[in-house]
Parts: sequence; C-alpha cells; structure tokens
Amino acid sequence: MKEEELRATVIATLKTIAPEVEEGDLHTDKPLRNQVDLDSMDWLNFLIGLHEKLKVDIPETDYAKLVTLGDVLAYLQAKTK
Amino acid sequence: MIEFKLPSLGADMDQGTLLEWKVSPGDTVKKGQVVAVVDTSKAAVDVEIWVDGVVRELLVHPGETVPTGAVLATLDGIGEAPSTPEPATRKTAPPAAKGVTAAHRISPAARKHAEERGVDIEHITGSGPDGGVTVEDVERAAKAASPTSTALATADGPRRPVTPAARKRACELNVDIETVAASGPGGAVLLEDVERAVAPPAPVKDRLGEMRRAIAAAMSRSKREIPHYYLAEMVPMKAALDWLAAVNAGKPVTERLLMAVVQLKAVALALKKFPEMNGFFRDNAFQPAAAAHLGVAISLRQGGLIAPAIHDVGDKPLEQLMRELTDLVRRARAGSLRSSEMSDPTLTVTNLGEQGVAAVYGVIYPPQVALVGFGRIVEQAWADKGALSVMPAVTASLAADHRVSDGHRGALLLAELRELLQQPEKL
Repeated sequence: MKEEELRATVIATLKTIAPEVEEGDLHTDKPLRNQVDLDSMDWLNFLIGLHEKLKVDIPETDYAKLVTLGDVLAYLQAKTK
Repeated sequence: MIEFKLPSLGADMDQGTLLEWKVSPGDTVKKGQVVAVVDTSKAAVDVEIWVDGVVRELLVHPGETVPTGAVLATLDGIGEAPSTPEPATRKTAPPAAKGVTAAHRISPAARKHAEERGVDIEHITGSGPDGGVTVEDVERAAKAASPTSTALATADGPRRPVTPAARKRACELNVDIETVAASGPGGAVLLEDVERAVAPPAPVKDRLGEMRRAIAAAMSRSKREIPHYYLAEMVPMKAALDWLAAVNAGKPVTERLLMAVVQLKAVALALKKFPEMNGFFRDNAFQPAAAAHLGVAISLRQGGLIAPAIHDVGDKPLEQLMRELTDLVRRARAGSLRSSEMSDPTLTVTNLGEQGVAAVYGVIYPPQVALVGFGRIVEQAWADKGALSVMPAVTASLAADHRVSDGHRGALLLAELRELLQQPEKL
C-alpha cells in the first residue's frame, strides 16, 4: 500500500473516533494518544478500525511500539507489505 | 388506565423536551420498548415503557417541554377493556417552555422524506390532522424550493417571482410579500422566506451550557446534602494485568477486554457484601438496590460527562460486560441512550487513570450513596514480607454517604475489592 494511501486510511479511522481531529494539527513524531486524548476504549476502537480496513492483526504485545503516528504508520507499512 | 409519566433521567434533570413519539394510539407496547425520544440537557434519550399495554392517547406533542413526572401518554393495561375515547384533557402542567417547533408534528415517513429531499421541516406547513406534516407536504415544499421547479410564479411585470406556497402562506400570515427578502433563483420568494420573515430566529441549543448547568445543579446538591467521607487503598495489579494480557493474547483485537471491565466486575461483586453502598437515599431513608447497576462515568469529546448504567454487572461474564461497555460508550458519545440506563445506576464508577492522575476522590451522584474511583496503574516500590519489589498498583478510592454507612464498612469494601482483583480468573 502506498504511503499516502495508508496515511489517509489511518487518519480517516482516527476521525471516526475523534471527529474533531485536524490532520494538519497532528505531529507525526509526538505521542498520538496525548495529542488526540484517546482513552483505552478509544485506542481499542482505533485498532479495531485499522484491523477491519487493512486486515492486519495487532497483538496487544505490540501496543508499546505504537506511540506516535509515525510509529503506527511504519508498523502498518511493514504489516501490509 | 395507566399513566405513562416522564421519568427522571438522572438527578440533574427536572424537565425534558419530547422530540418524537415512536408509537401511535392503538399500538400494543411491551415493557422495555422504546416509545418516545426525549431531549434532556445532556442527551436525546430513548424512553422505555415500564409496563405492557395498549396506547390510548398521546398527551404531549413533539416540541413541548414538560417537567419530570408529567403524564406523557395514557395506556390501557393488557386485558383492560379499551375505554371509549375521552376528549383530550391534559393532566399536565402547561409546558414549561414552548419551542418554535411545537406546532411541527411530522410523521416518521415525512421526516425521512424531508431528509432525502433536503427540505427543512421547520418551514413546512402541515396539512395533516392538527397541522401534522405529511409526505405530500414535504414533497410540495421540496418542489417549491427547487430551483428547477416549474411552480415558480411567472414574473408579473417588475414584480419578483413568488412561489404559490409562499404566496398562500404570506396571505395566511398577513405578510406583505414585497417586503420579504428572497432567496430563490432569479430573486424568487420561497415559502421559507415568508416563514423566516415572521419567525423569530431559531434559538441555537446550547447543549454544552445546559450540560454544565445540569452538572452544577446535581453536584451542588450532592455537596450540600451528602456528608461525604473518603477512603483510598493501594491495590496491587500484577495478577490482574498478567491475567488480562494472557487472556487478550489469545483473542482477536475485536474481542479483547479492557481493565475497566475487570474493575467494574470486581466492584459489583464486592458490593454484594456491602448493600449499604448500593442503592438510593430518598425521602430521608436509604433504599438498598437488589442488583448492582453500575453507572460508568463517560467523558464526552465535546465536554461534559454522563454516567449511564450497565445493568446487573455482578451477574454477567466479562466478555458480555465488554460488549455492553463498548456499546454504551459509543451510544453515550452519539447521544443515543436509553431511559433505564440514565435513571437507575445504583453506584457510579469513575476511572480517571487514563488522564494520568494517581487517584480520584469523587462527588457522589445523588440519589446514589457511594462512588468508586480508580486512578492510573503505576509501578510502585513495593515492600512485602521484608522484601522490596516493583509492583504495578492502582489507587482505588471510595466516596460514600455518611448518613448511610461508616468508614469502617467503607474500608472493608475496599479491602474486599482489593482481594477480588488478586484473583481475576474468578471474576
């Protein structure tokens, strides 16, 4: 999947949880959950959304790797190759 | 005859605005069925009926605001002989406030049609019974508003085109059509232009302001009336975290459990031994509740919070509680809760650990008599049997009503909660 396409999918999924998010305001290199105020329910729903759209499985043990938006994009890029 | 009254959907509600009836006179309804949608300061709530019956008469119309306890409708019980229809006598106090939409009765089909055609129902003149808006009215309005409409009156000399519907309405309202600002194609005066000329500007509903006021009222009452006492206990969470990680490792992302669900179940089970923390304080007396319907404090993205209940938490497996919590959070944020969820939490649980605080000392939500709070799970230097280790732990707190219970019992409740969380596999 192309990088821009993946990014658009991730942002769209995020917006289903946090509709107020503006892509331009997101810092790729800062912790995502702090920027968007995602609690664990929101976070789980975000991952479920990604799972449904991209058909990737994200085990709980990998959560620690997914801190910034950049982390999420790199992780998904590797998984969808 | 049964009177169906507007239930109190929480201590911070003293009135509600009927948005929609989901039933009509003559309909048979079952206990628990959603019969109406009522707007409170916090959300639009699906109001359920508490009894089986047959709807006799709807006494309050959509758009009307009435106090809690007002009779919304009358029903005949099952087996009760349907009585001869009485003239519509209103047994309620006059509406506390009348919105501009009061006159707008609209059938569900017409509402749907209006949405499809992009027609604003506020500006449709109803031709149905009691001025109700029908599908035909919507269609007429849609045609009138359409730029390609052939209904536009031919320009008569220098005069602006006026749709027939607009002309008729202007006549009815005694409005000089020449003074109306036109918004139609070619400067045509549309029906909605006429309506706009006479209607006061529609008030913008300040949901956030209303919610703030509702929370202020309930919390002020709580602090004024309830002598709170506060206790806290550090609960080791290693067992629960390890167990949860093992359980979730074998589950797809769609079925994973959150620690919040484990904590809710533990609270519900602990309450079984402490009935004086679970129930309502009303009319100077405590009424214990038979089951633990736990209110879950949910913060809303646009601000404010709401604490609807998950019913019978103590009797449900964690998987089911997880599904119900997910559904509840989704519906709370979408503003689609049911009346039973709003009216009967027997104790509220709040979890502010997500925001990073170590502990929360809550304000009891009247008429409840206790609130359990969880902070963030943090690693602690943990001394146990002379040895030091690193232990993930959470501060569990209890705010309870001193009129009903004492600190000693509260301490025992927290100790029970701590013990239950050491054996998560039994939850």
